Amino acid sequence: MSNNIETPAPAVQQAVDPRLLVREQGFSGYISEFKRKIRGGELGSLPVIIGLIVIWAAFAASNGNFLSASNFEYIAYYMVGIGTLSIGLVFVLLLGEIDLSVGSVSGLAAAIFAVLSVTHGVNLWLATLAALATGAVIGAIHGFVFAKIGVPAFVVTLAGFLGWNGLMLWLLGDTGTINLPDTGLIHLFGGNSFFLNGDISGAYILAAVGVAAMLFSSLSEQGRRRRAKVPFRPTSEVVLRTAVLAVAAFGSAYVLNLHKGVPNNLVFFLAALIICDFVLRRTSYGRKIFAVGGNIEASRRAGINVAAIRISVYSIAGFFAALGGLVISATISSANQGGSDPNNLMMAIAAAVIGGTSLFGGRGKVWSALLGMLVIESINAGLFMLGEAQSVQYMITGGVLLAAVVVDSLSRRTQKSSGRA
Amino acid sequence: MTSAPVLALRGVSKRFGAVQVLTDVELEVHAGEVVALVGDNGAGKSTLVKTIAGVHPIDEGQIEWEGRPVNIHRPQDAQHLGVATVYQDLALCDNLDVVNNLYLGRELKRRGTLDEVTMEQKASELLSTLSIRIPSVRIPVASLSGGQRQVVAIARSLIGDPKVVILDEPTAALGVEQTAQVLDLVERLRERGLGVILISHNMVDVRAVADRVAVLRLGKNNGTFPVHGTSQETIIAAITGATDNAVTRRQSRTAEATQ
Repeated sequence: MSNNIETPAPAVQQAVDPRLLVREQGFSGYISEFKRKIRGGELGSLPVIIGLIVIWAAFAASNGNFLSASNFEYIAYYMVGIGTLSIGLVFVLLLGEIDLSVGSVSGLAAAIFAVLSVTHGVNLWLATLAALATGAVIGAIHGFVFAKIGVPAFVVTLAGFLGWNGLMLWLLGDTGTINLPDTGLIHLFGGNSFFLNGDISGAYILAAVGVAAMLFSSLSEQGRRRRAKVPFRPTSEVVLRTAVLAVAAFGSAYVLNLHKGVPNNLVFFLAALIICDFVLRRTSYGRKIFAVGGNIEASRRAGINVAAIRISVYSIAGFFAALGGLVISATISSANQGGSDPNNLMMAIAAAVIGGTSLFGGRGKVWSALLGMLVIESINAGLFMLGEAQSVQYMITGGVLLAAVVVDSLSRRTQKSSGRA
Repeated sequence: MTSAPVLALRGVSKRFGAVQVLTDVELEVHAGEVVALVGDNGAGKSTLVKTIAGVHPIDEGQIEWEGRPVNIHRPQDAQHLGVATVYQDLALCDNLDVVNNLYLGRELKRRGTLDEVTMEQKASELLSTLSIRIPSVRIPVASLSGGQRQVVAIARSLIGDPKVVILDEPTAALGVEQTAQVLDLVERLRERGLGVILISHNMVDVRAVADRVAVLRLGKNNGTFPVHGTSQETIIAAITGATDNAVTRRQSRTAEATQ
């Protein structure tokens, strides 16, 4: 960077163009900005949160037990497995691509773990590492065939969907089911493992740490921006955002404490989400993923190695697929032939899209994995309580997915017409 | 004007299969100078620019950078030398905001993470020193007008601190007001001491900002003219080849003979 670019801004404030978007300071500015974004089609997480409230209200009206602590514990516990697959899919969707193989890869990883640790007695953590590495390598292979050879991602991962499923069945052999002992990572992800052994303080500690971290990072960023004389969030907005998070966090902690506490696999899930969110929003690698999802040619000209980004993103998807496979096998204490159930794949894709990640690439947040899974698992739990068959469950989840995609497409169209996409 | 040009092409030739696109082309760009590169469609302007930008390596000839010969094989080579190219299709990411587009591929970092605050600060400063007015540096590029996108794309080329900026038809498809903004910006680039290669079909724009006009015709040099003191007709004649006929050839031969 040379000095001529760092020439300080002219001291005299230039005449402001009347068309400029000048945001009012203070809280009213926040409200008007929010309204403008909604009108412009930047819905963000709003539809899914409204949807979640509607779903909860509907099930609560038809079954009083739906809003019980044990049911929320159930939702929080069972959403993690597929939610983990969904994290990887968010990365892929941000590129504007798709990965159909994550379900099969998750089943394969669970099978590899089971065969290594149970059948061959390999060290548990070594087996875990082998399963995760397999997922990452498989993802990298998909990415390589897609990025370097130019086969459409849809077809590459469809081949993976079939092929890795076959490999899993071959590995599991005739018995088809390998039961997993409740130790190591399987115990950690299993149903008997709670943060601080389910101590009542555990949930509150997590909530307090989360809220404090958010408040601290918001305030420190506000301070930096204020010192740098660039627009910053008003304190009222920071307080409001933190308050919303605090209500959600402490509310969840309270509800989970009414039952058994915070399952360790949920803690792991939240940690993974925070790490991925950080990678996507705060690192140049994440910025490159968004850039490739937005405009491939522009990214190439900006010196981004598009092929490397694609291969690495598919590798990430494969890694999270393997991790999700281990979580799923932990929740059912076995690796079986149903491990690569195609429904897992569909639910994982649905979760990412329902949560607000665009299918068109370049827009989305890793938090959509959490929000989408909350919706899907709430529907599952609610219908299960009402004694509805799987058939009804699939139809309703399908309807919700369609609604989410419609919202995505419509908001994209609105954004286009208001010049924001 | 300094003695050694920042960028000089000496006898550059380029062939695509059976087509000789460039033949012995000479071009010089000095610091603080706007050279307009004009020529009819198919004259080789785009190819010439792409050889400088490293998209198409040259077959024969020499590219000199600040007086010493260099090899440009890849776009990165050109970027490292200090050649920035703004292509006709602007190559901005619509989903990213202005700051992110400006710094795409060379993000500023602080403790390993993106330094959004400094990038935003510097982006605002850069845009204000170039008198670029956009609604906000934090809105997606998708919501900018064509002219605003063009000036953002040009501003983006300056982030890497180049010495030569190549603008490929920057005023095509722009309105009157927006064209004026872009031309203002070109003049500000010159004031900063950058060498500018401006490709344009618009003679009015060329005469408004360029110092010299280099004419390409059928892949060959067809004259370089100082803008001041050259009539538009002369330039257009060079572009269309109206000067290239038996009469003028004879005249030039007799002129040489009498010397």
